Amino acid sequence: MTTSSVPHGETSGTPTSSAAAGTRLDPWIGSYAERTHGMRASEIRALFAVANRPEVVSLAGGMPYLDGLPLDVLSDVAARVVQQRGLQALQYGSGQGDETLREQILEVMSLQGISAHPDDVVVTTGSQQALDLVTRVFVDPGDVVVAEAPSYVGALGVFRAYQADVVHVPIDADGLVPEALDSTLTSLAAEGRRVKLIYTVPNFHNPAGVSLSLSRRPQVLEIARRHGVLIVEDDPYGLLAFDGEPRAAIRSLDADGVLYLGSFSKTFAPGYRVGWVVAPHAVREKLVLASESAILCPSNASQIAISSYLSTCDWRAQVKSYRELYRERRDATVSALAEHLPEASWNVPDGGFYVWVRLPDGLDARDMLPRAVTARVAYVPGTAFYYDGGGADHMRLSYCFPTPERIREGVRRLAGVVEAERELVEMFGVSGGSSQGSVVAPGPDVA
Amino acid sequence: MTPPLAARSGSPSGSRPDPRVAILAGGLSHERDVSLRSGRRVAEALRAAGVEVSVHDVDDDLVPALTQMLPDIVWPLLHGASGEDGSVRDVVEMLGLRVLGTGPRQSRLAFDKANAKTVVARAGIATPAFVTLPQTLFRELGVNRVLHAITDRLGSALVVKPVEGGSALGVSVVSSPDELRRAMVDCFAYCGTALVEQRVDGTELAVSVVDLGDGPVALPAVEIVADGPYDFDARYNPGRVEYFAPARLSPALADAAAAAAVAAHQALGLARLSRTDVIVSDDGRVHFLEVNVAPGMTETSLLPQAAEAAGHNLGDLYRSLVLASLAGSSQAYRPLT
Repeated sequence: MTTSSVPHGETSGTPTSSAAAGTRLDPWIGSYAERTHGMRASEIRALFAVANRPEVVSLAGGMPYLDGLPLDVLSDVAARVVQQRGLQALQYGSGQGDETLREQILEVMSLQGISAHPDDVVVTTGSQQALDLVTRVFVDPGDVVVAEAPSYVGALGVFRAYQADVVHVPIDADGLVPEALDSTLTSLAAEGRRVKLIYTVPNFHNPAGVSLSLSRRPQVLEIARRHGVLIVEDDPYGLLAFDGEPRAAIRSLDADGVLYLGSFSKTFAPGYRVGWVVAPHAVREKLVLASESAILCPSNASQIAISSYLSTCDWRAQVKSYRELYRERRDATVSALAEHLPEASWNVPDGGFYVWVRLPDGLDARDMLPRAVTARVAYVPGTAFYYDGGGADHMRLSYCFPTPERIREGVRRLAGVVEAERELVEMFGVSGGSSQGSVVAPGPDVA
Repeated sequence: MTPPLAARSGSPSGSRPDPRVAILAGGLSHERDVSLRSGRRVAEALRAAGVEVSVHDVDDDLVPALTQMLPDIVWPLLHGASGEDGSVRDVVEMLGLRVLGTGPRQSRLAFDKANAKTVVARAGIATPAFVTLPQTLFRELGVNRVLHAITDRLGSALVVKPVEGGSALGVSVVSSPDELRRAMVDCFAYCGTALVEQRVDGTELAVSVVDLGDGPVALPAVEIVADGPYDFDARYNPGRVEYFAPARLSPALADAAAAAAVAAHQALGLARLSRTDVIVSDDGRVHFLEVNVAPGMTETSLLPQAAEAAGHNLGDLYRSLVLASLAGSSQAYRPLT
């Protein structure tokens, strides 16, 4: 007989009918909050583990390209922070954030026409935390958040965590469609649903790359006012307009009906994890309390480092440098798509990080991803950006991190993948794919 | 100049009280993430058992790192292509280093599920009827004709899986011709050749085999009870599967499952450790499904569960595998013929 001998003189390891009770490998399986029930171990997310390997051209992640940062200067800045303000930088700070930095944030936002008081600003650990705080403060389980279709996957994750019901509203080349927003809000009101937030990325949308036209901004604001719903304006890419002309923020039109979320992650560096939210007085008070209960205070060291950078370095020149770099990569992406994937369709973004590609009919970007990984190219399937299972026919290509040469090579590989997948799908006469529509995207450290 | 590795690897075991182990994990396969987790877990357990361990990805740095480090043994915990198909093992052996586990040629044999089933069937172990079908065949013969031939031959209760690879990636359980069509497409996204086999309903078991120097021995079978398909999420997200280790089997059936796993291990020429997946059908027959030469070693993987069910401390078991491998016959590189 060939069963194992058991050490330490215990009873035989031979299986018997009196075996021990089963295990689910998690003693807390009955204790998790209901909001965790949708959390799954995704094979798609596991595939992204390959994306950071140098052999793979990753058009998947949203990591900014930081090689252009003046690291020697930033090293001096960091040294000065510790040498001159170390006891403050390494200490707890204000829950609302460093006052000097809040004043400087006003200067940054003024480029997009935003006028506010430093007291209106709450500094957060990246704008992702601002999104979490806003949702925590406003959304009860079952409340509706209206969001663009598609929408930033990180926002959808927050809304899901707070058990919101996300209702998508279509966008077109000019961003959120006002008529669709109005009719959606009207329908929801007629159904007796409580809509708490309208979530929008108005500039260089993630993932769709489009911007809300200036003419639509007051329309969206008027619709929101009429329905009594707060707008969350998430604007990490606002200063990355390739024409160098930042669009006026929706917040510049209304101080009371808009919560504005900003970030240094795309215009400076995400490693500091510093973002902010600008909110009306009463909302701000609640956000500060919520933030203190979550993290006590944002990192003083990061805030002071950024404040020092803003006051001693030419940050506008750095943003301009980023704009030019990303424009070159945008150009490489769309020209490579035109050359290699003419049967697909895509937008040409005027800023930001992303091109939103519609695949030829019948193809499912999620189903195709394993083939892409085999071909050493990665992207994010469109299903990541929908709450309702949509988006299978789209994929997001990020051009922020790879060089133009790598982008062209990546798109060339992608064309081969699409061709092989199309041949397969046509041969078998299947379409629509098997995507489950789960919110699946790479982690933040994927290139 | 590279030192004479072959001579060094032939040094007698026991000359170094704390063997140095180089774990290979990661790679470029679809299972990279799982492999990295396996590598970390085994490294952690070995360190706790007093073994000096380093973990290496399979990349440009690997060969220089191995030639500089001169580990006593290399333990590939690579899942999927180039890890389990024997190619990396080939290279490591060419460097004159010892490899823990199955050698390159046997790895290649076992990694191909169809070949493995054929060899195991020849050894007298039942395995579900199957066909292997490259994607190109459908184009040449016509999809409908081939699909009809499959269902005519095997029925419509089927399992479709890539002929190579693990972690249930690209695997579908189908019950109808329409589902079969979809399953083929999902499978070909991972691999150019599909294995389609008759679905056998019954108790799903994983039987791990270890060889600590006295021949292959089966660990207690682990019974898998999933609330749906035993897919990627079920495997790596604790909670969806209830495991019974040892499995709830009669002694006779448990012996039969263990014997089948050991017989498969031997028939395929595997070394040191393997995991065989079987189904025990309602009529009490044990059906071989597939074998893994680099079984998963993550927090939710089956071999570690089986080892713990047998009372093994994982670190001690892994250390014993290392020592047994070092004490075994030299695995100096032999050119393939």
